[in-house]
Amino acid sequence: MRPILLQGHERSLTQIKFNSEGDLLFSCSKDHIINVWFTENGERLGTYDGHNGAVWTIDVDSQSRFLVSGSADNTMRLWSVQSGKCLYTWEFPTAVKRVAFSEDDEQVVCITEQRMGHQGAIRVFKINRDGDGTNQSKEPTSFFYPVGSKAVVCAFGLNNNQIITGHESGKIAIFDAKTGDEVLNNERAHMDVVTDLQLSTDRTYFITSSKDKTARIHDTRTLMVIKTYTTETPLNSAALAPGKPYVLLGGGQDAMSVTTTSLRQGKFETRFWHKIFEEEVGRVKGHFGPVNTIAVSPKGDCYASGGEDGFVRVHHFDESYFRAKPYGEYEIEE
Amino acid sequence: MAPNGVNYDDIDAEIDYTDIEEKYQVQYDEGLDNLIAVDGVPVIDKSKADKLLAKIAKEFTKKGAPVKPDDIFIPWDEKTGKSKGYIFVEFKNADDAVYAIGAMNGFPFDAKHRFHVNHFIDIEKYADLNETYVDPEPEPYVQKEHLRAWLGDPQGRDQYVTYRGDEVEVFWHGKPSQCESAYKKLNWTDLYVSWSPLGTYLATLHRPGVRLWGGPSWAAQQRFAHPLVRLIDFSPNENYLVTWSHDPIVVPEGAQQGPQYFSPEDEGNNIAVWDIKTGNLLRTFPSSYPEGGEEGAKKQMQWPALKWSADDKFVARVTPGQQISVYELPSMGLYDKKSIKIEGVVDLEWCPLGDKDKEDEAKFASGKSNKKPRENMLAYWTPEVANQPARVTVINFPSRQILRQKNLFNVTECKLYWQNQGDFLCVKVDRHTKTKKSIFCNLEIFRVREKDFPVEVVELKDTVSDFSWEPKGERFAIVSTSDPNYGNPAPGITLKTDVSFYQLERGKGDFKLLRTLPNRTSNTIRWSPRGRHVVLATVGSSTKSELEFWDMDFGHDDVNRREGPSKEEWGSTIQHLGTADHYAVTDAEWDPSGRYLATSASAWRHTLENGYAIWDFRGQELDKKILDRFKQFLWRPRPRTLLTKEQQKQIRRNLKEYSRQFDEEDAAEESNISAELIAQRKRLVDEWNAWRLRSKEESASEKRHGGKKAASLEKQPKEEAKEEIEIWIDEVIEQTEEEVLE
Repeated sequence: MRPILLQGHERSLTQIKFNSEGDLLFSCSKDHIINVWFTENGERLGTYDGHNGAVWTIDVDSQSRFLVSGSADNTMRLWSVQSGKCLYTWEFPTAVKRVAFSEDDEQVVCITEQRMGHQGAIRVFKINRDGDGTNQSKEPTSFFYPVGSKAVVCAFGLNNNQIITGHESGKIAIFDAKTGDEVLNNERAHMDVVTDLQLSTDRTYFITSSKDKTARIHDTRTLMVIKTYTTETPLNSAALAPGKPYVLLGGGQDAMSVTTTSLRQGKFETRFWHKIFEEEVGRVKGHFGPVNTIAVSPKGDCYASGGEDGFVRVHHFDESYFRAKPYGEYEIEE
Repeated sequence: MAPNGVNYDDIDAEIDYTDIEEKYQVQYDEGLDNLIAVDGVPVIDKSKADKLLAKIAKEFTKKGAPVKPDDIFIPWDEKTGKSKGYIFVEFKNADDAVYAIGAMNGFPFDAKHRFHVNHFIDIEKYADLNETYVDPEPEPYVQKEHLRAWLGDPQGRDQYVTYRGDEVEVFWHGKPSQCESAYKKLNWTDLYVSWSPLGTYLATLHRPGVRLWGGPSWAAQQRFAHPLVRLIDFSPNENYLVTWSHDPIVVPEGAQQGPQYFSPEDEGNNIAVWDIKTGNLLRTFPSSYPEGGEEGAKKQMQWPALKWSADDKFVARVTPGQQISVYELPSMGLYDKKSIKIEGVVDLEWCPLGDKDKEDEAKFASGKSNKKPRENMLAYWTPEVANQPARVTVINFPSRQILRQKNLFNVTECKLYWQNQGDFLCVKVDRHTKTKKSIFCNLEIFRVREKDFPVEVVELKDTVSDFSWEPKGERFAIVSTSDPNYGNPAPGITLKTDVSFYQLERGKGDFKLLRTLPNRTSNTIRWSPRGRHVVLATVGSSTKSELEFWDMDFGHDDVNRREGPSKEEWGSTIQHLGTADHYAVTDAEWDPSGRYLATSASAWRHTLENGYAIWDFRGQELDKKILDRFKQFLWRPRPRTLLTKEQQKQIRRNLKEYSRQFDEEDAAEESNISAELIAQRKRLVDEWNAWRLRSKEESASEKRHGGKKAASLEKQPKEEAKEEIEIWIDEVIEQTEEEVLE
C-alpha cells in the first residue's frame, strides 16, 4: 500500500473530504487554501482561493456540484466545484468551525465559534440549487444557540430535520433543525472534547472521536453508545470504512507538546480497529505530526489522512486488505 | 378572626393535639447541672460557718473557679447543731461546675480533710443504682477471616495491586486465563497503597491516618489515627507499624482519648510506632535530620527513620552524630535505659536473619535444641572526624560486644548492604582522592559467618551507583560509571554505565569478578527473589528504557547449583536471555516467586505512556496495559514457605512429573480459551447484526412514512452510470540531447 503524498499545503490540515464517487478529494488547511485532488493519482485539480483565514472545515454535496467551506475569516463560502469560483459568501461575527450538507443537498448547517462576546451558534441555510448558485439567501432558515457546553462538530442526522452535534464537554446531542430545540442528548458520551463526527452511509449510526482517547459508535436514533475503541492517545478523527468491518482512528500527542516527544512516542499512526470486536488490527505509519483528519472513500477502496505536518497521504488499499479476514469468517452487516 | 372568616380557634378546640405535644415537648434541663456537692468538709458549729465559707470560697477562687460565700449551702444536723460534713456549691452554669469538679476533686483542704467533689445529680443517680450484679452479656464469637487466605488459592496464583486515578484494584496473576480482578474499590486511598512485608495486610493512607485491610473480603482490619500521615514502615514480621507525618502531632481539645490515640505528651512529634494487632500507640518521636549541612538547606530525612531488627524484638533510632537508641518491644522502652553513645554515627543496618537462623531460633524456642541462636547484629559507620579515621563497626546486640571494626580513609560516604541471609556485609565506600576532585569506590566485604569476620576489599576505579546482593546467593552485581555527568543529573542525559558481576570463589574465600558488561545505560539491578535471574533496567530516562534479562546459572539445574561454576570456566554460565523495552519505565519489580517481572511507568514521575507490563524471566512480554493516570504497581509479598528442606527437595526431584501435569493443564485450557473466544465473537457479531437489522427496518419504515423523501432517495442508485476515466501518463522513456552545429 504505497501512499501518495499530497504536498499542497503549507500548514496543518484541518479537514479532508471525498466526494460521493470517491474520485475527488478536497482538503483544507490553516494556510487559507482549499485544494481538490484526483484520488486516483494524487494530481492536483485546482484550488478554491478567497479565504483570508485558516479554513477550518469543508463539505461537498452529493452531486459534486457545490462545495461549502468555513473559515477563521468569519465567512462561510459556497463554491462551484467545477469552476472553483466563489458563488456566495455569508459573513458572521466569529469564525466558522464546522459545516455540513444535508442528505438532500438542500440545506447547510454551520457552527460559529464562541468568541469576543458572541455565543457559539448553529445556523441552518437553505441552498438554492437553481441557476448558477449565486442567488442565495443571506438569512438562515433557523438560528439558535445551544445551551451549555459549546458545540464543536455537527452533521445532519437521520432526516433533514435533525442535527447531531458534538460538544466541548463530551456531550452528544440531537437538535431540531427548525426550532433549535434539543431533542435528545447523551451528556456522558465522551469525557473530553469531541473532535470528529462521521455518519455511516445510511445515517443510522455515527462514529465520534474525542480527546479522551476513545472513539465511539452511537445509534443515531437513541444516541446510545454501541461500541467503544479505547486507545492510548488523544484522538482527532475517526472514520468508518465502508464495506469492511473496520474503523480508522487518528490522533496523537497535542500539537503543542509534539516537540517534546519523539516520533515513536507521539503515536502519529492511523489505527485500524475492528468495528465489532473493538480490537486493534493494524496501524499505518507516515505522518510526523498528529493526524488531524481522516476520510475513507465512499467506495471503501482508499482512505486519506491529513496531518498537523501539512501533508495529506492517500492510501489505496491493497488486494490483501479486501481478502484478509483476521477473525475468520463472519458475516457482518454494514 | 382570620380574614376569610374561618375561626381557627374553633377548629383547634375540636382536635386533640396531646400526642403531638407529647412528642415535641422540649426537655428542659433539670437545672441542677450547675450544682456540685463537696464532701470531706470539716464538721463545724454554726458559729464558725462564716469563716469556713470564706475559706472555701477563697480556695475555689484560687483554683480558678470563683465562688461567693453566698452560693455555698451548708446542710445542718438539727439535733447536734453541727454541720454534716458536706456542702453544696452553686455555679453560674454547668461548664463552670464541670471545671470546678476537675480542679477541686481531691483537694487537700487541711491535714485531715480532703475534698471529694461530684455533680449533685450524680449523687442522686448513684444512690438509685441497682445493687444486684448482672453478668455482662458475652459478645458473640465472630469468626475472623483468614488473613492469609490468598495463599490457599488452588491455582497458586500471586496477587498484585494497582493504583490508577482514584481506583485501587487487586488482581490475581497466573496463566492468561486465570488473571482476573480480585477486588476493586474507588478512592480506597488518598496517597498510595502498601503491602505489609509478608503480604498479610494492605495499607492505605488517608488524611486521618492509616488503615489496614485484609482477608478474602478485604475487610478493614485495623486503623491508626495519625493525621496527615505521609510515610509508613512495617516491622519485618508485621507486628508493628511506624508512621510519619510532616506536620507535628497536635492534640486538639476534646480529641478522643485512649491507648489508640495521641495524648498531649505526643504533641510536636512526627513519628509514631503502633502495635498492629491491638492498634495501640506505643511511642512517638520527633523526626531527626542528618547533622551538618548548610543552614536553611533542605535536609533530607532518612526513611525508614526507625530500623527494625529482623526478629521484631528491637528497633533502633539514630540520632545523627551522637548516638544509637535501641528500644525494646513490645514495651518500646529504651533498652538498658541508655543509648549507645557513638560520636559522629551516621547510619546503621541490622543484620537480616537467614533461613537457617530462623530455624535455629524456632528449635531453640521449642526446646529441641539448646544451641543458642545467633544474636542480633548491627553494623554502623562513623565518618572521619578530626584525626579519627572513618570506621565501620559490627556489634552484637543486646550484649553490645564489638565483633569487628575496620578503619577507612578518605571517605566521602558509606552505604551498608547486608546479604539477605545475613552471610555477608558489603560496605560501599565512596572515597575521594587527596584533592577531593574525583571519587572512586571501594567495596569492603565482611564475611560474617566466618571466624573473626575476614574483610576483603574490592577496589574500583569508577563510582558505583548501584549495588545489589543476589538473594540467598554468593554473588553481587554493581553498576559503575565513569561518566563525567555523574553527580550532576540533567534532563535528557542518560549515563553510560558498566555492569559487573562478582562471585565468591569457594575455597579461596574471596570475591572475584565474574564478568563485566561494558557500555550499558542500565542503572538498576533487580535480582529475582530466588536468585539466579537478574534484570538490568534503565529507568527514569527519557531516551532509553531497556530491560536486559540475564541468567547466572545457565545450563545448571537448581539442584546442583551449589557446586557452582567451579568445574567449568569461570563466568561461563552467565547467559543473556533476552532484551525488552518498556518505554519510560520508572519501576521494575519481581513477583515473589521470581518467575515474572513487572515494570511500570508511573504518573507520579511523568505522564508519558503510563501503565504497566508483566514479563516472564526470559523477557517475553505477557501482558501490557497502557493506562493514563497509572500510579502504582505492587506485587503482594509472600511469607516464608512452610515446607521443610526435605519437602522442598522432594518437589525439586519430582519436577519433571509436575511439569508434565502442568503441560496437560495448559493444553486443555488453551483449547478452552479459543472455544470461549470464538463463542464470544460470534455473540458480538450476532448482536451487531441484530441491531443493524432493527435500525435499518426502523429507518426504512420512517422513510416510507416520509413519502416524498424516500422517493428522492431511491432515485439515487439509478443515476449510477459508468464513467470512463482517462488518465494521461507522461513517461519519458529516453531523452537525448543533440547539439546541432550550424
